Amino acid sequence: MTAVSRIDLTDASTFPTRRVEAWKYSDLKRWLREAPPASPQAEVSSPGAFDALGGEAILFANGRAVGVTDFIASGEQTLRLRYVSDAVGTGHTASARVSARAGARLLLLETHEGAGSAYVAHNRLELDVAAGAEVTRVVLVEEPEDAISITEADVRVEAGGVFRQTVVTTGAKLQRLETRVKHFAQGAHAQVDGLYLLNGSRHADLTSVVSHLAADGTTSQLIKGVARETARGVFQGKIVVERGADGTDARMAHNALIASERAEIDAKPELIIYADDVQCAHGNTVGTLDESALFYMQQRGIPADEARALLTQAFLIEVIDRIDHEGAREVAREWLTARL
Amino acid sequence: MLKINNLHVSVGEKPILKGLTLDVPAGEVHAIMGPNGAGKSTLGYALSGRPGYEATEGSVEWAGEDLLELDPAERAAKGVFLSFQYPIEIPGVPALTFVRTALNAQRRARGEEEVAAPAFLKLVREASKALKMDFDMLKRPLNVGFSGGEKKRMEILQMALLEPSLLILDETDSGLDIDALRIVSEGVNALRSPDRAMLVITHYQRLLDYIKPDRVHVLAGGRIVASGGPELALQLEAEGYDKYLPEAA
Repeated sequence: MTAVSRIDLTDASTFPTRRVEAWKYSDLKRWLREAPPASPQAEVSSPGAFDALGGEAILFANGRAVGVTDFIASGEQTLRLRYVSDAVGTGHTASARVSARAGARLLLLETHEGAGSAYVAHNRLELDVAAGAEVTRVVLVEEPEDAISITEADVRVEAGGVFRQTVVTTGAKLQRLETRVKHFAQGAHAQVDGLYLLNGSRHADLTSVVSHLAADGTTSQLIKGVARETARGVFQGKIVVERGADGTDARMAHNALIASERAEIDAKPELIIYADDVQCAHGNTVGTLDESALFYMQQRGIPADEARALLTQAFLIEVIDRIDHEGAREVAREWLTARL
Repeated sequence: MLKINNLHVSVGEKPILKGLTLDVPAGEVHAIMGPNGAGKSTLGYALSGRPGYEATEGSVEWAGEDLLELDPAERAAKGVFLSFQYPIEIPGVPALTFVRTALNAQRRARGEEEVAAPAFLKLVREASKALKMDFDMLKRPLNVGFSGGEKKRMEILQMALLEPSLLILDETDSGLDIDALRIVSEGVNALRSPDRAMLVITHYQRLLDYIKPDRVHVLAGGRIVASGGPELALQLEAEGYDKYLPEAA
């Protein structure tokens, strides 16, 4: 499989505008009219959020690999994949390839760590999950409020393979985290979860396309998000069930909270079904924090800000609870709690 | 001492309380009775500071503080506790976490040290036992899936742990069967003390068989229209509220 990414940071004519349907809510061209100059080399001295969980590492600093860019997992392994940006007004692209051999179990712990300002990062990942392999990908994304970043992951899951993903992000000036998953052979399972917690005027776009190309595949997706102040959260979830992919069971849910009158949530769930014998469902809700719950908590002595944070955490934590690796789950929980 | 003087409260544009005056000395239990729509629940919300229940006139003083100047959490830290007629469900927040967060927030606000987890659990175990509550229930999200009686016990449990000094019970007997009513009332009575004041808001006299008031007030048309001893509750039970309704006044 080759994943052809159409975006090339060195060629502004490849930057989509909002006239491209899939980029309607994340108008890259608006914020990036010209190709940014190439980012300089950078040193990475800070530890990564997942260091305590050990394992192997792939590290990119401003797009340049410090060591290897490819990894093949066999048996039971942990890989920390770090995309580090430390740049001002420049751009860089990083590409990694990861695969899990038949029967392997890989814990893929990914961090996007941004320092500096107004950089443009383009991160790519190709991930192959072989027959009977299991990959759990947990992604923590923290970037400056004026950064632009596009992350694209292409995931191919073979027969009986399992791919689970949880993306946790606080957004950026324009941030897109796109995952394209292909159920390539019979009986694959994908979990494509994520959450966004956006302050200020931040933007996060969680886009996914899950294609069922073979029979008896299952997909489960839970995306939750909170947009505060003038932030904007975007969810685009597409599930395609191709002809012949009978026995598919696909479920998608997106639940968001708007915490201010000027915040915005854009949600576009899509189910496209060409097979007959399938079960598909999607649900989408956008609401506000429950005022009576807020008052109740304050009445018991919990100050308004703390009450809001507690309710927000309670709302979002369901996504974290679904991470099936305890160590990664606890890191993600603490990471999120520290950013409420 | 709770001193409410000429309190006017509007909800939206609508005046609900229209010059309510009431004193409750520390150590006393006062019952507020009245017909539906008299403003009983509004009084509870106004005293505890619920947004949307705006005091347009008058004053409320508790322990020398002007309550109307404080936000709801500050009032709670000063000892104000409203037991809700319909306690709110808080999905995702275990009851234990909720109560400990509330207790420690109040203690911080008062400049006291926070209660550590082991000491807190010990307190909860004792208090839940007295209320015949299943401790495991407290690990579940607060009030979510609790029965009406369980929710009311949960309110009394919080009251016992937070140790407020001004207790406002809004229709605490609604939805309780006789056994639950007895347990809940015992929980409330255990909190009676010389430095606590209680306002028991109720439509029916039944609750006052269990929580004996020192004084009974009739709230109708947004004002206290009659006050008396415990015998007033019995009289209301026998005669109804008709003579206090605005049409009859």
